[in-house]
Amino acid sequence: MSDVVLETRGLVKRFGALTATDDVSIDLRTGEIHAVIGPNGAGKSTLIQQICGGLVPDVGQVFLQGRDVSGLSTAARAQAGLGRTFQISALCMEDGVLENAVLGAIGAQGASWRCWRGALRTEGLVARAEAALARVGLADQREVRCANLSHGQRRQLEVAVALTLEPKAFVMDEPMAGLGAEGSKEMTAFLDGLRSEAPILLVEHDMDAVFALADRISVLVYGKIIATGTADEIRASAAVRDAYLGEEA
Amino acid sequence: MRVDERMINTVVIAGLLALPLYALAVDEPFTITLVTRAVILALAAVGLNIVLGIGGMVSFGHAVFFGIGGYAMGILAYHAQTFTVLDLGLFTTGGTKMMPVIWLVAMVVSAVVALLIGVLSLRTSGVYFIMITLAFGQMFFYFAISWAQYGGEDGVSIYVRNSFPGLNTLVPIQFFGVCFVLLCVVLFLVAQLQASPFGLALNGTRQSEARAQAVGLNPMRLKLLAFVISGAVTGLAGALFADLNRFVSPSMFSWQLSGELIVLIIIGGVGRLIGPVIGASVFVTLEHFLGGLTDFWHVYLGVILLCIVLFGRGGIIGLLTGQEGAHV
Repeated sequence: MSDVVLETRGLVKRFGALTATDDVSIDLRTGEIHAVIGPNGAGKSTLIQQICGGLVPDVGQVFLQGRDVSGLSTAARAQAGLGRTFQISALCMEDGVLENAVLGAIGAQGASWRCWRGALRTEGLVARAEAALARVGLADQREVRCANLSHGQRRQLEVAVALTLEPKAFVMDEPMAGLGAEGSKEMTAFLDGLRSEAPILLVEHDMDAVFALADRISVLVYGKIIATGTADEIRASAAVRDAYLGEEA
Repeated sequence: MRVDERMINTVVIAGLLALPLYALAVDEPFTITLVTRAVILALAAVGLNIVLGIGGMVSFGHAVFFGIGGYAMGILAYHAQTFTVLDLGLFTTGGTKMMPVIWLVAMVVSAVVALLIGVLSLRTSGVYFIMITLAFGQMFFYFAISWAQYGGEDGVSIYVRNSFPGLNTLVPIQFFGVCFVLLCVVLFLVAQLQASPFGLALNGTRQSEARAQAVGLNPMRLKLLAFVISGAVTGLAGALFADLNRFVSPSMFSWQLSGELIVLIIIGGVGRLIGPVIGASVFVTLEHFLGGLTDFWHVYLGVILLCIVLFGRGGIIGLLTGQEGAHV
C-alpha cells in the first residue's frame, strides 16, 4: 500500500528574487489522499503547475509511477495518467455537460484524430463519459449547457472530466472552492471513496475537508514544506501552528 | 421568431440551386454567373470558418490559399494554352486544362503552404496571430506582383475555361453545377468534421486551452491540422474563382480579400455550417445592387456589419435561430 505513484524531487522555482517553490519533495502513495495546505501565497498553485506541466521548475524533477515526466508537456502528462481539476473551473462553457465529459474521453482514448463519425454517436466515448457523469451525480444534466450549470455542478463536472481519464493519480486544486456546506460535505464523501481508485494530491483551503480526508498533510509556507505528517501530527506541530493554523485559531 | 438551423440550411441550399435554374429558364446568364461567384466565395469562407469558427483562430491571411489556388490554375492552364514546358525541378510538365487535376494541385499546394505557415504562426495567438498571418499574406501578394513570368501585376489571362470530363464548362449553368456540387460535398464533409471527435476537440481547445491540455489533447497539433484542412478548402475555391474569371492576378492574394472572407463569416454566423454561404450570398447581392448604384457601397456593407456585431453576434443565423454563435 505504500507504492509511490507521484513524486517531486527537490523542486525549485524562482520568479526574480522570489522563491515560490523552495526545494519541495513530496510523494503521493497508492490509496492515499495527501493534502497540501498553506497560507495564501505559499506557492501551492505554483507547485501544482510544476507537477502538471504548466510551469518548468528551475531545479528538480517530477516522477509519475517511477517515470521522470519533467520534460513532458501538460498534455503528455495527462496521457501518462495525471488527472487534474482546476481551482477555477476550466470547462467548455458553450458546450453541453455531455460534450465536456466526452472531451475527456476523447483525450483518454487518443481519439482526437478521428475526423469522421460524430463524437456523440461513438458508443465507446459516450459510454465512458456517461459513466463518469453518473458517478458525480450529473447524469440528469447531460443535455444542459455548461454555462447554465450552477457553480457546484461545475465543480462536479470538473471532477467528472478528470474521471473519464481513469488517471493513475489525481491532482485537485481546491475542489471545494465556492461549494456550500452541503456541497462540500458531498464532495468530501465522494473524494473519500475515490482514493482507493487513484491517490489524490489535494490542495484545499477548507480545513474541515482536509482533516476529514487526508491520510497525510504537508504544510507549505513561503514555498517550503515545513512539515509532513498525519492530521494529528500536523495539529500537534508547534511550527505549523505558528506559521499557519495559529492565524486562524 | 425561432427558426430551426437545419431548416435554414435546407432553404439556403435550395435557394442557391433554384435561382440559377430560374435564371436559365428566363435566359439571364449573368445571374447564373453572379450566383456562381457567391458559391465560390462561400466555399472559400467555409474553409476559413474551420479555423475561425471551430478553432477560434482569426486568420487574416487566408487570401494566401485563395491566391495559391488561383495561381495553380493560372500556371497550369497558361502552360497548356501556350504549349510551353513548366519546369518543376524534379520533373517537367506541359501544364493541364483538366479541372480535377488543377483542383488537386491547388489543394495539395495550399495544404503544404498552410502547414508551413501554421507551424510558424500557431506559436502565437490573438492579435499576434492576426498580424503574422497578415504578414504572410502580404509576402505572397508582393511576390506575385513581382513574378514577371506570370504577368506580375497584370496577372495571367486564360482564354478558354478549363474542362471537366463530360461537361461544357463554358456554359454558365454547367460551370455553376460543378461549383455547387463541390460546395455541397465540402459542406457535408465539414459537417462531419465538426461533429467528429476531432471537431469536438478543436472546439474545446478554442473554448479552453487549459482544459484541452488537462485531458491530454495537444492544442498545437489540433490547430495545425485544422489550418491545413482549411487552407486546402480555400485553395480549391481559389482555383474555381480563377476559372470563373478566366483570369488570375495578385489581387487574389490581397489582404482586402482576407478581410472580406472574415466579413462573410461574421455576416452569416461564426462557426455555423451554412454561415459563410449566407454571408457570401448577402455580400454578392449587395456588391451587385448597391455597387450598381454607388461606388461607395462598402459603406453600406460596413453599416450592416456594424449592426450585426452590435446587435446579433451570431450573425444572420444567430438572429434567425435566437442563439448566439461561437464567440471569437
